[in-house]
Amino acid sequence: MIDFDVIVVGGGPAGTMAAHAAASGGAKTLILEKDRDIGYPVRCGEAVSDQGLRQFVEPQPEWIAATITKIRMRSPNNTAIDFESKMAGYVLHRRIFDYALANRASQAGAEIQTRAYVDGLVIENDTVKGVKYQYMGENRTLSAKLVIAADGVESRVGRMAGLRTATKLYDMESAYQATVGNIDIDQEMIDFYIGENWAPGGYLWVFPKGNRMANIGLGVVGTKAKDYNSHDLIHNFIKTYYPKATMLTSVCGGVPVAQTLKHITANGIMLTGDAARMVNPVSGGGIISGMHAGKIAGEVSIEALKTGDYSTNGLEAYPRRWRKAGGKNHEALHRISDSIKDITDDQLNKIAAKLEKVPQKDRSLLKIFTTVATQKPKILLDVTRAFTGF
Amino acid sequence: MAGIKFEIMTSGSCENQFRYLKGLIMILVKDNRCDFCGTCVAVCPVDAIELREADIAILDNCIDCDICVWVCPIEVLYSDKEEEVKHD
Ligand SMILES: Cc1cc2nc3c(=O)[nH]c(=O)nc-3n(C[C@H](O)[C@H](O)[C@H](O)COP(=O)(O)OP(=O)(O)OC[C@H]3O[C@@H](n4cnc5c(N)ncnc54)[C@H](O)[C@@H]3O)c2cc1C
Ligand code: SF4
Ligand code: SF4
Repeated sequence: MIDFDVIVVGGGPAGTMAAHAAASGGAKTLILEKDRDIGYPVRCGEAVSDQGLRQFVEPQPEWIAATITKIRMRSPNNTAIDFESKMAGYVLHRRIFDYALANRASQAGAEIQTRAYVDGLVIENDTVKGVKYQYMGENRTLSAKLVIAADGVESRVGRMAGLRTATKLYDMESAYQATVGNIDIDQEMIDFYIGENWAPGGYLWVFPKGNRMANIGLGVVGTKAKDYNSHDLIHNFIKTYYPKATMLTSVCGGVPVAQTLKHITANGIMLTGDAARMVNPVSGGGIISGMHAGKIAGEVSIEALKTGDYSTNGLEAYPRRWRKAGGKNHEALHRISDSIKDITDDQLNKIAAKLEKVPQKDRSLLKIFTTVATQKPKILLDVTRAFTGF
Repeated sequence: MAGIKFEIMTSGSCENQFRYLKGLIMILVKDNRCDFCGTCVAVCPVDAIELREADIAILDNCIDCDICVWVCPIEVLYSDKEEEVKHD
């Protein structure tokens, strides 16, 4: 007897979307999550676009900490350029949001076990046939027809199946975020600080969290993380710009801004979300792409259960559909993120100085394009689009 | 996993054990400092870091490349090759 049709490792948005799709299609599904809580600790700025979210779920008021209508980008010398966002976005309460997604999966029939750390796979004939895990110090094994690895940035489960998931230092953002209280900011605006002096090889963000709170974080590219400590940079920033702010939570985390793995399947297993490296490499956003890919993986698992072919071949629809849905865009964004690495603080300041003279209502993409045409127009255009979703 | 698995819990005594065992593993964990975020796990080229809900272990297949030391956002890891350990 095989214990489960589908075992999903990781209870983040990618995992719970995959489990929801699998369970809705009638698969006997289990989610194994190592932490005590689904959705906690929150290692995330929690910003999503309305359009992105709505593809999968109707946004619920209890998930939403702040509704975003404006975007501000700051140059290294702190020139602020504001954009009206054409479409709204949200800063979520991921604690509540992740919980709701897990609950949604369980209502579709998926089982969930927390405190379950997957530390091995059952592999027979070069095919994944189940998982080994520790539950409160006890070793357990479960068999499954398919395993979906949604184990986030760590992505060890894929490695256990022989896939190469290790991310290069230059493709990893070493991040730190504080959720602060007692802060007076525009609660409808997300604020990005771009340039080496704020966050070497990354950016700094201030995202409103409602009720005079905010997520303030930054990422430093892995290759520079030895010399720039994101913890110290954030604390100095807050002390300088928001001295009255109080620390409510502080977490660190890694954002894999790498290209999606070349192989996201092996016999009996699919990788999804951060584990497959699906984060937007320019903005660092990975909630929506993880949900999207997780959903596709769950749907493909249903089809594989029908054919009984769990080999890489049998799962070929997953990488194919993902590429069409989000993978192509991801590849383009990765090329952009590569080219922005060359833009200097000086160039960014010059671009900002020009843009500042354009009235805000005229800051359409075309206008930005013509205004900065002498600088690095294409790149800036792409970056703006990646952040604002215009 | 072949070989003996050495674990560094985030308590002092285990770390001392490690100093004793140095030569086998050179990456050390500063006591009570890890946030269990997984960034180091993601970049380790040989999958030598095991991270549970609230403990971190460097496994004995570590090749001492220091990549994890570099990437940690809060400087939890250090190499005993380095005489000088960064302090906050
Ligand atoms: C500081 C920071 C800020 C960010 N800000 C944003 C943002 O504003 N907007 C945005 O869209 N994205 C943001 N991201 C990225 C976003 O958080 C991730 O892309 C998203 O959480 C990915 O979802 P996931 O389901 O793939 O992985 P996760 O949400 O990381 O879930 C993976 C789960 O797997 C569990 N797990 C891992 N290993 C095992 C194991 N061996 N056994 C059992 N369970 C395991 C983990 O405990 C975890 O719960 C940010 C990331 C960071 C670090
Ligand atoms: S030193 Fe290198 S091999 Fe050893 S744990 Fe760190 S990243 Fe892995
Ligand atoms: S990167 Fe640092 S804080 Fe994060 S798990 Fe590794 S040692 Fe701990």
